[in-house]
Amino acid sequence: MIPAYLLLLLPFVGIIYFAMLGHKEDIGRQNVWFNGIALLLSLSLALNVFNSGALISTDQYFIVDSFNVYLIVLTAFVGLTTAIFSAPYMDHEKQLGKLTDTRLKLYYSMYQGFMFAMYLVLTTNNMGIMWVAMEAATLATVLLVSLYRTPESVEAAWKYFILCGVGIAQALFGTILLYYAATQINDAENALMWSVLLDHAGKLNPDILEIAFVFMLVGYGTKIGLVPLHNWLPDAHSEGPTPMSAVLSGLLLNDALYAVVRNKMLVDGATGSDIAGYLMMGFGLLSFLVAAFFLHRQKDIKRLFSYSSIEHMGMMTFAFGIGTPFATFAALLHMTVHSLTKSAIFVTVGHAAQIAGTQRIEKIRGLIRTQPKVGWGLLIGTLAIAGFPPFGVFTSEFLVLLATMRSYPWLTPLLLLGIGIACAGLFRNIQPMVYGECPQGQQAVKANLWPVIIHLALVLWLGLAIPDSLANWFTQATLLISGSAPL
Amino acid sequence: MNIEQLDLYTQIILSLAGLIMLTSFIMLGQGRLLRLVFVFALQGLLLVLATALAAYSFSNHHLYISAAITLVLKVLFIPWMLRGHILKLNMHRDVEALNNKTTIMLGGASLVIFSYYVLHPILADSTIVLLNALALSLAVVLLGMLLMISHRQAIAHVVGFMSIENGLFFAAIVSTRGMPMVVELGVAFDVLVAAVLFGIFFLHISNSIDTLDVDRLNRLSEEDE
Repeated sequence: MIPAYLLLLLPFVGIIYFAMLGHKEDIGRQNVWFNGIALLLSLSLALNVFNSGALISTDQYFIVDSFNVYLIVLTAFVGLTTAIFSAPYMDHEKQLGKLTDTRLKLYYSMYQGFMFAMYLVLTTNNMGIMWVAMEAATLATVLLVSLYRTPESVEAAWKYFILCGVGIAQALFGTILLYYAATQINDAENALMWSVLLDHAGKLNPDILEIAFVFMLVGYGTKIGLVPLHNWLPDAHSEGPTPMSAVLSGLLLNDALYAVVRNKMLVDGATGSDIAGYLMMGFGLLSFLVAAFFLHRQKDIKRLFSYSSIEHMGMMTFAFGIGTPFATFAALLHMTVHSLTKSAIFVTVGHAAQIAGTQRIEKIRGLIRTQPKVGWGLLIGTLAIAGFPPFGVFTSEFLVLLATMRSYPWLTPLLLLGIGIACAGLFRNIQPMVYGECPQGQQAVKANLWPVIIHLALVLWLGLAIPDSLANWFTQATLLISGSAPL
Repeated sequence: MNIEQLDLYTQIILSLAGLIMLTSFIMLGQGRLLRLVFVFALQGLLLVLATALAAYSFSNHHLYISAAITLVLKVLFIPWMLRGHILKLNMHRDVEALNNKTTIMLGGASLVIFSYYVLHPILADSTIVLLNALALSLAVVLLGMLLMISHRQAIAHVVGFMSIENGLFFAAIVSTRGMPMVVELGVAFDVLVAAVLFGIFFLHISNSIDTLDVDRLNRLSEEDE
């Protein structure tokens, strides 16, 4: 359990360190160090779980099992690569005069704050703390969305703040109902502990849990960006600094979905019906289809990819909703490859926007001639996210389709249609940006593309072959979530 | 069951639930910002009374701490902060023209009925105090949202946001005699940080659009320009 405590302590120290002392030239590199150590800690935690199964701290406040440990590693990994990306990116923004030293300090301090909230959401065993941490993640990022202090970014941050705050209040109401149901069967002190609740799930009042789940899904669904609660997401992603879009898309949305799945496990245990699954399938499919159509209307490159995030989160919610072991396995894999690919894309998108000096799609042209690495990165990243073989997204989307065909065959055409529409929407916008005529005087920027290369290589690897240990890991998690192993 | 047959605690909690919802309705129809903030502080005070009463009746001592936190945060600090912003931005004379006040009020009334309807399956096998208090606290949450939809000033949105928190807190008090202490402290911390952030945002918003009328925050949209 010790690595888990250290993992929580480290970003907490980071918040204070960057807020107080980090007023130096190499502040970006220090942030990389913090996240690098966090990754090592998360790996040692994963090794522990791998060797000795799920860990619960003696006071029961923290739990690490095969489901959340893989998300912890993913969080730490994306946190590190985004930190590597953000150091030169933020220096460039500072040179352009968009940022001051104080705001840079705020940025790095809140970056650590966000990571802290994410680790807390993932490791806590208490459903109430999970809510608190989820809200804290909003509070940590809300000032980052308005970092540039333009009227647009202030507006985006305000919308994000209000919509997510009000949305997630519904999840707290759901949590209160859950607590009420739990206090009826056992003592009040441990009544919000997820592990305790799961043990007694069969005794919880099913009527209360059904209502509670509706509130939870609406609340955490706002954070996942499910249609029709998604309005904040494209605004926040497009107006905030690009590294923030990478971690919001790659991590925050996953962790909100994680909270929903944990709750779904309780509700399934209590009601013994598929009601929670049907709700998730409905919301997921709606988000997936609506976002696919919206991809065609975008004029801003970051909005384009934030709609793509909504689309993929919709698909994951749908797959978790189906709930068969096979679909759960597919959803877990999709979570991983989507995080890796989407954060890589946002890194290249950030550089592309810096090269062109704008985020408007019609002004970004000829990337492949100005800076081939960025152009290729964007192109390959888009190929990967659109679900082309041999990338990992293809594998996971294929598995989702197969799982749908087994359980609900009549929904498969809708999924195929959505994937096709989304693919067309992405490529009609990306193609001219990468290949188009290069505007006069466009210059390359200083860029560190190692994060992109590593992420895309991993996604490619996952598409070609899933290593045995990882497959075992996912199988364990599937076993935990759906009660039996896939295949 | 007749109301006289209930014990004193239940009767008082039920009255408080009714009063808290009444303050929500008063806020809904209030066009002056200072009065809005005053009514919000009043709602906080009722909440403190409910919490202290629950702490006394169930001799559940950690609820006294919750009551104290609520008193400091929602009755004193947040209203004081909002009042300061209103005076500084010279908005205390503004009367917000609420169009369709009748519709808003009728909408609020239907939200109350809706809350009873939603929670009906729960209420079938629970006590009368829970039946009313839980439904009314959900109504307070929904009325807070309606307040945010119907008002255009950013300050009114913050009041709506915080009164949603009040509704949630009341639900936790009556249904379960308070959440575990760590959770309550965490929630209170979030509310505090949110309140400070709201203050920062008033500054940014008034800098960028010269007013706190959030209808003017309309640059970002999916429409083609």
